[in-house]
Amino acid sequence: MKYLAWSGSLLFAGSFVAPVLRAQVSFDRILNANKEPQNWLTYSGNLNGQRYSELAQITPASVSNLEMKWAFQARSTEKFETTPLVVEGKMYITQAPNDVIALDAATGRTFWAYNYTPSTDARPCCGRVNRGVAILGNTLFMATIDSHLIALDATNGHPIWNTVTGNAKAGYAMTLSPLVVKDKVIVGVAGGEYGIRGYIAAYDAKTGKEVWRFYTIPGPGEPGHETWPDDTWKNGGAPVWVTGAYDSNANLTYWGVGNPGPDFHGSERGGDNLYSDCVVALDADTGKLKWYFQFTPHDVYDYDAVQVPVLADMEWKGRNRKIMLWANRNGFYYALDRTTGEFLNGKPFSTVTWAKGLDERGRPMRIAADNPASNAQRIYPGPLGATNWYSPSYSPRTGLFYIPAWDNTHADFQDAPVEYKEGKNYTGGVLKNYGAGIRANQVLDRKEEDGYGVVRAIDAKTGDRKWEFKMADLTMSGILTTASDLLFTGSRDGYFSALDARDGSLLWKVSVGGDIAMGPMTYQVNGKQYVAFAAGSSLFAFTLRP
Amino acid sequence: MRSILIVTLGSGLLLAQDHAGFKSGQDAEAGAQLFFANCSNCHGVDGATVPGVDLARNKFKTASTDDDLIQIILKGVPGTGMPPTNLPRDLASNIVAYLRSLVAPTVFNGGDAKRGHDLFTIKGCTNCHRVLGTGSRTGPDLSEIGSMRKPKELDESILDPDADIKPNNRTFKAVTRDGTTITGRVINRDTFTFQVIDSKERLLMLEKAELREFSFSDKSAMPSFKDKLAPAEIADLVTYLMSLKRMDSK
Repeated sequence: MKYLAWSGSLLFAGSFVAPVLRAQVSFDRILNANKEPQNWLTYSGNLNGQRYSELAQITPASVSNLEMKWAFQARSTEKFETTPLVVEGKMYITQAPNDVIALDAATGRTFWAYNYTPSTDARPCCGRVNRGVAILGNTLFMATIDSHLIALDATNGHPIWNTVTGNAKAGYAMTLSPLVVKDKVIVGVAGGEYGIRGYIAAYDAKTGKEVWRFYTIPGPGEPGHETWPDDTWKNGGAPVWVTGAYDSNANLTYWGVGNPGPDFHGSERGGDNLYSDCVVALDADTGKLKWYFQFTPHDVYDYDAVQVPVLADMEWKGRNRKIMLWANRNGFYYALDRTTGEFLNGKPFSTVTWAKGLDERGRPMRIAADNPASNAQRIYPGPLGATNWYSPSYSPRTGLFYIPAWDNTHADFQDAPVEYKEGKNYTGGVLKNYGAGIRANQVLDRKEEDGYGVVRAIDAKTGDRKWEFKMADLTMSGILTTASDLLFTGSRDGYFSALDARDGSLLWKVSVGGDIAMGPMTYQVNGKQYVAFAAGSSLFAFTLRP
Repeated sequence: MRSILIVTLGSGLLLAQDHAGFKSGQDAEAGAQLFFANCSNCHGVDGATVPGVDLARNKFKTASTDDDLIQIILKGVPGTGMPPTNLPRDLASNIVAYLRSLVAPTVFNGGDAKRGHDLFTIKGCTNCHRVLGTGSRTGPDLSEIGSMRKPKELDESILDPDADIKPNNRTFKAVTRDGTTITGRVINRDTFTFQVIDSKERLLMLEKAELREFSFSDKSAMPSFKDKLAPAEIADLVTYLMSLKRMDSK
């Protein structure tokens, strides 16, 4: 409230110059983010994880007139996984691993950059990446790969506080965008491949002091501890990789929890291994567990529940219900009652061979053995899953849930024991014939049978597939939908595409030549709607040509 | 989650060849899988991205013996980006076997590489294949085939070319909207396009939306040499092909 700043339009040629009151981003604004769709205030655009925008200036009829307005080139060769935030024409992004940059959202010009060098102890297993910042008031929050949570002044990028949340040397690392709930900043820690004991923790936004911590593996005497034999709970992983969601009516915050460790060697951790591969519903004020739902009990395939919880209210069999939609890495789509955790419906959205279906409580009916054998066994989906951390989208207009999916991916899993040593890889097992994972070069030399990417549109109520958009290569792009029934997504083969959200028809595409490994977002400045996404090392902003 | 833990190994690609000199228990093929799963993220798929180290040429900074290499794989190199692993020793040994296989000469069924080289020309292989700048580009370039295939795979490809065709070596046929027929190989593709080398050795970029039809054949364009070559000649040819290692190792 006390800040009066010049708008970014100063840099926008031909625009008038006007003082703009820079309002503080109160939690009330975040809670009602859909009412100000010109801004993008959280990782998923709103606290319900829908990645759906009310902006409708760009329509199916006009989308083919999109043109690039500006590009920002990152000084980083890591994957560009950030989802930008936009507040009153200012864009806040992270540049891998842990720089924060403030840009003018209309021109892409830089206001300031905060360069943070993570400790050399940092050992994120799967890329020195970051998925973006959170904002509250005039403060930005970044979680780092050396497990710090850092608060910055959004006006000048100066650090306000810097809190150590975990031991980087032991593999505790953070790559997610934090979630702000009321006066707290909530994060979860990654490191499931290093034998950590995962947690979700809330920090006071003003001071950086820890308010509560929920361990994703229960300690001795806590319910669920019995699902870990002997001392396996101490190094059981169950990390958190991706931002959660929040329901203000229930005052619950929901988080997906990752795989148990060692990933592919499960024989010494017999049991369900709670709360690995679960969604947990926590009281936002205390961190106390209200309910949990486990997607993959005793996981041996790395099927983390590493997805954004998507919250939607809908009529369900004659009554209004508060639903949670979840397309899991294990290949199944789930609809849950998000107040109680009750399983309502579930179906495969991709090829699944490890289980023949879900029982009436949503528990998988396994076909494959509980643990990989010493002889390799082929399992679909492979360890990178039928989807992964890439954000899905839900459009309340179409009632469809849009999944960035992988199909036909598989691997031969083979058992191999592993001993825990601090900071050392703790995955166990051997993977073979890993048909489709990361592409090492620019040439695609694989058949569809070995894996492909696809946008699958699922009827949120029935789980039935309504349409699909197949890609030649896999995809690590999230999905954005808008109130004009547009769907935006990218692909690893370097296209950014606009589809009709109602039937999946391709309306527009542009070749940008780099892997799109982030969630696209949209915003409006000076009356113009923009769509922003990163590809390769560049961030692009597109808008309609005049 | 591991969004990227392991660089993939395409099924059947880049497998190491057999090598009679390996110690018992060493498995170069398993080592290749492990290499691509654990090493190529930093060392690159060709093993040459770390300055001063060229794994494919067996150029190492400090190691010389197999045991040196195993120790480095297990314990890492302190103060560098090379981390320790907790692979069992026998798996580390398989990685070493794979690295050694990249430079080892291979003789297949008593064949002779020189005779194989002559046969390669006499029998018309160069009408489709190219080796070190000689021959047609319509078939796969074989200049580094010895680094990419095992002898038994080459043997099979000569006798039964249809048995195992790599995706990018399938015969591709497309008809454009104006009725032009194009045949060749799809050397790259994406959601909306094909990049093709056609029967006239031209590089073509084809938009799928501009094609009336397109198809891949699971039959190889290559004829079988089962009844055209004697077993000894096939041994010569395979031995020659196995001598064609990656160009930077020459």
